[in-house]
Amino acid sequence: MAIGKLGAPPVVGQPPNTLLTRPTWTEGLFSWLTTVDHKRLGILYLVTSFIFFGLGSIEALLIRLQLAIPDNTLLSPDFYNQMFTMHGVTMVFLAIMPMGIGLANYFVPLQIGARDLAFPRLNAFGYWVYFVGGLFIYTSLFLGGAPDVGWVAYAPLTSLSNNPGLGTDFYMIGLFVSGIGTLVTAMNLIVTVINMRAPGMTMMRVPMFTWMMLITSFLIIFAFPPLTVALFQVMMDRTFDTLFYVPAAGAMPILWQHLFWIFGHPEVYIIILPAFGVISEVIPTFSRKPLFGYPVIILSGIFIGFMGFAVWTHHMFTTGLGPVVNTAFALTSMVIGIPTGIKVFNWLGTIWGGKVRLTTSMLYAIAFLVTFTVGGITGIMLAVPPFTAQAHDTYFVVAHFHFVMGGGALLAFISGLYYWFPKITGKLLDERLGKLTFWIMVPSFWLIFFPQHFAGLMGMPRRTQTFVPGIGLEIWNLLSTVGALIMGVGLILFVLNIILGFVRGKPAGNDPWDARTLEWSTTSPPPYYDFDRQPVVNDRDAHWVQKYPESVHGERVPESASEPYDRGGAHIPGQSWYPFVAALALLPFSYGWLYDNMWVVGISMLVVTVATYAWALEGVGGKHIPVGDALDADTERGEGGRS
Amino acid sequence: MHWRRRLLGGLAIVAVLLMSACDFSGPQSAMSPAGPVAQAQLDVFMWTYWLSWPVMLLVGGVLAYALYRFRAKNEEDSKTIPHQTHGNTQLEIAWTIIPVILVILVAVPTVRTIFASEYRIEREQYTADDVIVRATGYQWWFKFEYPVEGFVTANEMVIPVGRRVIVELDSADVLHAFWVPNLAGKRDMIPNQDNQVWFSADAPGVYYGQCAELCLGAHAYMRFRVIAMDEADYQAWVDAFQRGAELTQNVQADPLVEQGRQLMAQKGCIGCHTVDGFYPGVAVGNPDYPDLTNFGLRTTVGAAIRENTPEHLAAWIRDPQVMKPGNRMPTLWTADDPNAEEEAAALAAYLLSLGVASDETTATLGGTHGDR
Repeated sequence: MAIGKLGAPPVVGQPPNTLLTRPTWTEGLFSWLTTVDHKRLGILYLVTSFIFFGLGSIEALLIRLQLAIPDNTLLSPDFYNQMFTMHGVTMVFLAIMPMGIGLANYFVPLQIGARDLAFPRLNAFGYWVYFVGGLFIYTSLFLGGAPDVGWVAYAPLTSLSNNPGLGTDFYMIGLFVSGIGTLVTAMNLIVTVINMRAPGMTMMRVPMFTWMMLITSFLIIFAFPPLTVALFQVMMDRTFDTLFYVPAAGAMPILWQHLFWIFGHPEVYIIILPAFGVISEVIPTFSRKPLFGYPVIILSGIFIGFMGFAVWTHHMFTTGLGPVVNTAFALTSMVIGIPTGIKVFNWLGTIWGGKVRLTTSMLYAIAFLVTFTVGGITGIMLAVPPFTAQAHDTYFVVAHFHFVMGGGALLAFISGLYYWFPKITGKLLDERLGKLTFWIMVPSFWLIFFPQHFAGLMGMPRRTQTFVPGIGLEIWNLLSTVGALIMGVGLILFVLNIILGFVRGKPAGNDPWDARTLEWSTTSPPPYYDFDRQPVVNDRDAHWVQKYPESVHGERVPESASEPYDRGGAHIPGQSWYPFVAALALLPFSYGWLYDNMWVVGISMLVVTVATYAWALEGVGGKHIPVGDALDADTERGEGGRS
Repeated sequence: MHWRRRLLGGLAIVAVLLMSACDFSGPQSAMSPAGPVAQAQLDVFMWTYWLSWPVMLLVGGVLAYALYRFRAKNEEDSKTIPHQTHGNTQLEIAWTIIPVILVILVAVPTVRTIFASEYRIEREQYTADDVIVRATGYQWWFKFEYPVEGFVTANEMVIPVGRRVIVELDSADVLHAFWVPNLAGKRDMIPNQDNQVWFSADAPGVYYGQCAELCLGAHAYMRFRVIAMDEADYQAWVDAFQRGAELTQNVQADPLVEQGRQLMAQKGCIGCHTVDGFYPGVAVGNPDYPDLTNFGLRTTVGAAIRENTPEHLAAWIRDPQVMKPGNRMPTLWTADDPNAEEEAAALAAYLLSLGVASDETTATLGGTHGDR
C-alpha cells in the first residue's frame, strides 16, 4: 500500500557516527516510529483518535446501560464514576481534539502548498507525547482504578484526603503530559501557516480549514498554560503536601474552577473551530460554489476565539459569584451567539444558488448544521444565569454539549473523513453503506440526546449513577439508552465502511469531488514530497481556479504565474528516532511521579534531555529531490498518477 | 405560496402540541414552579424557548428549501458550474443584525431576572419574618440548622408557606449543591465560601431536592426534601423540636421501643447520631452526623431515598449499603446474626416514636424519670 509511502534513502552526506545518523526505513514498523512525514503522522493521529473514540463510546454505552432503568445496579457507583470520567477525558482530550489535529496534520501543508510542517520532528514528538499521555491514562484501569472525579476534576474532590487512590494522579499527570504534545503541535501549525504558504497564497487566500486551525492553534497556546498551572498545583498538593486546594488550611477551592474553565471554555472552541473549518470545505465543494462571506467567516472565527477567553464563568453561574459577575458573563456568552449565527447563515448562503450533491460527506455536513444550530440555541438558553441555576449540572447541559461537541464537532469530522478519505488512501468509500450508516447514526444521535433535555428540566442531575423512579425520568432515560444501542450499530457499520474502503475501495483519482483547494491538485494518496511542482496561487480556491478559470474570472483570465520557484529542487526532511525516544521517556517519567519514585523521574528526565540534545545534533539527512520533469525520471510516484 | 403558510402553521401546532402533550411537571421538575424564584427562572427560560422557534424554523426552512431547489438533478446537472458568488454585503449586515436583535431580546429579561432573583441578602437585612436555615452539605446528606429557633435536623427542611426562606450554604468536605427545582435553582455549597440561596413557597407541599455537584460515593442518593406547611403546622413542627427533649423521654410504654432505645447505646448509634433527650440530661452524638431528634416526624429514610415506614427504616438500619451503596453508615450485624432483623425492627420502632406527640405521651411525661 502506498499510503504515506516514504522516499528512497537519502543521498546527502551522513556523519559517520551511527547514533547521530538519520534512520531511513521506508516501510515496516520502524518507518512509522521514526517518521516525520506530516501525512503519516496525520494518519497516526486519526487512527489513534478513532481508537480512543471507540473506547470512549464503549464507556458511554456502559453509562447508558446503567441508566436504562431507575435504581439499576449494573455498575457500582465507583465504577460508574470512573466510566463517565474516562468518557469525558477520552472524548475531549484523546478523541475529538486529536481528530481535528490529525486532519490538520495531514491537510494544512497540502492546503497551503507546503511539503511538510515547519518543524517535522517536533510534529512527531507532539504525536508521540499525545500517544504516551493517552496510554498512560488508560493504564489506570488496570492499576487500581481510573480517575473518578469527572473530567472537570473539581477541587477539593481531588485532594489526597478526599481521594486517596491513584486515579486522580493519573488524570493530573496524564493531562499534563499530553498537554505538552498539544502545545508543541499548535506552535508548529502557527509557524507553518505563517511561513510556509505557497507563493501567491496571501492570508486572504488560505483555505478556511487552515484558517480555523490557525485560530485554534492560538487558542491552544493561550488556553493550556492555565490548565497546566492548575494540574501542577493539585500534583504539588498530592505529592509534596502543599495546600493550594486544602480547605482545612483555608484554601478557596473555587480557584480550581477559574483556572480550569479559563482553559476549558477555549477548549470547547479548540474542538469546534476545526469542525467549522471542515464544514467550510465540504459545503462549498458539494455546492460547487465558493464559501459565501469568506472574510466574514474568518473574522467570526477570530471573534469567537477571542471571546472564548471572556466567558469562562458561565460554567460557574451557580457558584455564587453574585449578580454583577453573572450579568457580565451572561452578556459576553450571548455575544458569542452572534458570530456563530453569522457562520451558520453564511453556510446557508453557500448552499443557496449552488449545485448540491448529497454525498455522504455532504449529508453529515447538513446534519451538522441542524444539530449544531439546536446546540447553539440551547447554548444561548444556558447563557441565561437564572435558567442555568436550574439547568446547570443536569442532563439539559449534557444534552446541550453533546449537541455541540457530538452533533457539532464529531459529525463535522466524520463529514471530513468521508470527504478526505479518497485523498488519504486513493480509494473511495462505499456511498451506499455510507448513507445507510448516516441514516442510522444521526437519528439515533438525536434519540440519545434530545430526550436528555427533558430529563434535565425534570430534575435529573448529571454524574449520578442512578435516578429515583416516580418523578418522570424513566421514559427519557430509556429512550436515550435505546438510541445509544442503535448508535452502537451505526458506529460498527461506520468502522466496517472504513475497513472495506481500505481493502477494496474503488480508485478515487486525484479529485473525485471536483473540489476547490490545493490538496486535490496532487495525487491520491499524495507522494511523500506532496507536490510535483511548488504550487503557485493566484486566487482563493486555487485548485478550482486552475480547473475553471473562466468561472471565476470570466473573460479576463489572468496569466498563470509560472515562475519556477522550485528551480533548485526541494528538501524533504529526514526521519529521526529522537522525537519518539524523548516522548517515550515521558512514560516512565509519569509512572515515576505517580508512584513517588523520584529516581525514575530523574532518569527519565535525563533521557529526555539527552534525546533532545541528540535531536539537535544529529545529521541533516532527508532527501533532496529535483522537481518537474527531472522528478519524473528520478523517483517512483504514488499509485494515483498525475491527473 | 399558501402551502408554505400551511406548513408553518402546521409546525407551530406541532410545537404547541409537543409542549402540551408531554407532562413535564413533577416534584423535582423545574417546569412546575411552586414559588416566585422558580417561576421567574422558568419564565425567562420559556421566553428563550419561544424565541428559539423562529430561529430554528428560519434555519431549517431555508436549509430544506435550498437543498430542494438547488439540488443537482442528475449526473449531467451536477457537472454544471453555478455562478461563483463570493458574498453579499447587504446580506452579511442583515444576518449580523438579526442575531444582535435576538441577543438583545434575550439579554434584557435575563439581566432583570438576575437582579430580581440572585441578589444577596446580608445578615443585617434579615427581617423577623424571614426563616433562616443554615444548610451544610456532608458526604452524603444535608444538615439543616435553624439558628433562630435553636435546633438541628437533617435531610428534611420544613418551611412555612409564603415567608421568605434564606438558606446559608456551607460544606463540610467537598463541593455539594443545594437544589430544589420546584422552589429555586441550585447554588453550590463550597467550603470556606459563604453562599446563600433564598426562595419562598406559594403552597403547602413536598418539594424534592438533590445534590447536583459530584461528591463521589453515594452522590446519586444524596437527596433531601423541603416540606412547606401552613403557618400553624410549621409552628407546631418548630414547637416539637424546641420541646424535643421532653417528647422523646416517654418511650418505655412499648417494650419494643424501649429495646430500641437500649440498642441505640449498645450498638453505638448514639456515638454519632444525636437524639435530643435520649436520656435525661445526657448529651450524646456528634454534630457532624445526621441528628435524629424527632425522627418520627421525618417522611424519609437515608437522606430522602425511601419513605419513612417501619419496614424501610428497619431495612435501612439492617444494611445501609443495600439501599444506598457507598454511604458511610456501618452495618451493625454480621450476615448470619440471628438477632439482626429483630434488633433492627426495635431500633426502627424507637426512632419512629421520636417526636410523635400523642396525648398519652404527654400525659405520662415525667413519670418516666423514676424508671431510670
